[in-house]
Amino acid sequence: MSDLYNVSSSSHIRDKDTSSRIMLYVLIALMPASIFGVINFGIRALLLILVCVAVCVASEWIYEKLIHKKSTINDFSAAVTGLLLALNLPHTLPIWQAVLGSVFAIIIVKMLFGGLGQNFMNPALGARCFLLVSFAGTMTSFTYDGVTGATPLALMRNGEAVDTMKMFLGTTAGTIGETSVVAILIGAIILIMLGVIDLRIPASYIITFAIFILLFGGHGFDGNYLTAQLCGGGLMLGAFFMATDYVTSPITPMGKIVFGILLGILTGLFRVFGANAEGVSFAIILGNLLVPIIEKFTIPRAFGLKKEVKQHE
Amino acid sequence: MNKYVERLYNGIIKENPTFVLMLGMCPTLAVTSSAINGIGMGLSTTVVLVMSNLLISMFRKVIPNGVRMPAFIVVVASLVTIVQFVMQAYTPSLSASLGVYIPLIVVNCIILGRAESYASKNPIMPSIFDGLGMGLGFTIGLTFIGLIRQILGASLGITVFIMAPGAFLVLAFLVAGMNVVRDKMEKKGTPLAAPSGCLSGDCASCTQSAMCTGKLPGSTKKSEE
Repeated sequence: MSDLYNVSSSSHIRDKDTSSRIMLYVLIALMPASIFGVINFGIRALLLILVCVAVCVASEWIYEKLIHKKSTINDFSAAVTGLLLALNLPHTLPIWQAVLGSVFAIIIVKMLFGGLGQNFMNPALGARCFLLVSFAGTMTSFTYDGVTGATPLALMRNGEAVDTMKMFLGTTAGTIGETSVVAILIGAIILIMLGVIDLRIPASYIITFAIFILLFGGHGFDGNYLTAQLCGGGLMLGAFFMATDYVTSPITPMGKIVFGILLGILTGLFRVFGANAEGVSFAIILGNLLVPIIEKFTIPRAFGLKKEVKQHE
Repeated sequence: MNKYVERLYNGIIKENPTFVLMLGMCPTLAVTSSAINGIGMGLSTTVVLVMSNLLISMFRKVIPNGVRMPAFIVVVASLVTIVQFVMQAYTPSLSASLGVYIPLIVVNCIILGRAESYASKNPIMPSIFDGLGMGLGFTIGLTFIGLIRQILGASLGITVFIMAPGAFLVLAFLVAGMNVVRDKMEKKGTPLAAPSGCLSGDCASCTQSAMCTGKLPGSTKKSEE
């Protein structure tokens, strides 16, 4: 049946933005962080990125072949998932574990729930948490310049001083894509300029997190500590690229702010009171699960409708 | 087919409690982190199931209908206590790894379900075989899940499979596989049993809905007013 005969409900807005175009924008916006990761961590990081992207796209293609569905790999969403997953992995991770994570992301988190638009949590983060729980050893061993060392957040947790300038630029230990705040911000500005993401989620997320750290971080108004917390870990990557995933974030304007606040509080709780120095991934996937409820309570009033008066029974 | 063999076949394959009826999910998910745990849990449940079916079938004409549930619970709880003490005495390590799930056999729906739907209406011998079939079906289900989780989790080192989420993943894939088998059997014209009772989600026509809602089927109109 041709599209002409497809009758759909309003609003009938024609726009040049398609899923594939938006995903392509995201891929472009992720390029600075990826390129920086490869320069920072070497050829091994590039290999890991290529493997993740290739396996994600291939598993989506094979799954859709197997269940006789139209292939959707042309919308680039599998490639975005693969790239995001790779950016969330330490560059020393064994290849087979990265392959397993990519398959998990696409097959279990995304395709089994119905493919793009139906997945209940961010596939890349779901897979990252799967790998983190499964392979705690290799997933948390970070090497920088050939020296195995703790991430800045872990160092701070042990009360050691960190260089916030290095954290901002990204020349520290960490996963491939999370270290450089500069590179991530360049990508984020591209996304905002192109109108792909709006600022509500990242802004409310980061502001809430900063307030939480000031209040409960145990360091008072220590600017250095606050900056390090903001630049460290996956906060920036998570806030701009993963919390803003269309499928797994609220669609209502108010809901976006609620979602961001929720993520900020959860991340703060995990980082300050949790067992790990990190908390962004778990915060975002927990937030993803609450999205339907948030949307239910934040549906905006339709134009012209009066507030419903509660009637006596 | 001999009716005893039929009962065994029914419990192990046709109405397998784990993969078809989806009963007893709590121990299924909680203790199957290794194959030996699965066997231990399955066999101890089987013992309780056989004995409780035997006793309840024996006393089915003595137990008044109004207090049958408490009576079943007393029988099951006594048996579970015996099994627990025996396990503590002879298999202390298994008993320690199964922990609280041994006393929790008391509230296992398979046992109460079989008592209610089979043993309280049928003679002793078929009831014993019904318990045996269901128990073995449960044991096979648990051992299978435990085996897969042990291979993936402990042997291959994908730790998530010996933790709780792994149980859900493995069970989901096995049930999905079972549904594929069910579809194939239906196409062949020899369908497997459909999930019954609460799993069919049909509370309106369930004769026992009073147990869940606390309302007698006839009195629903009154309580709505």
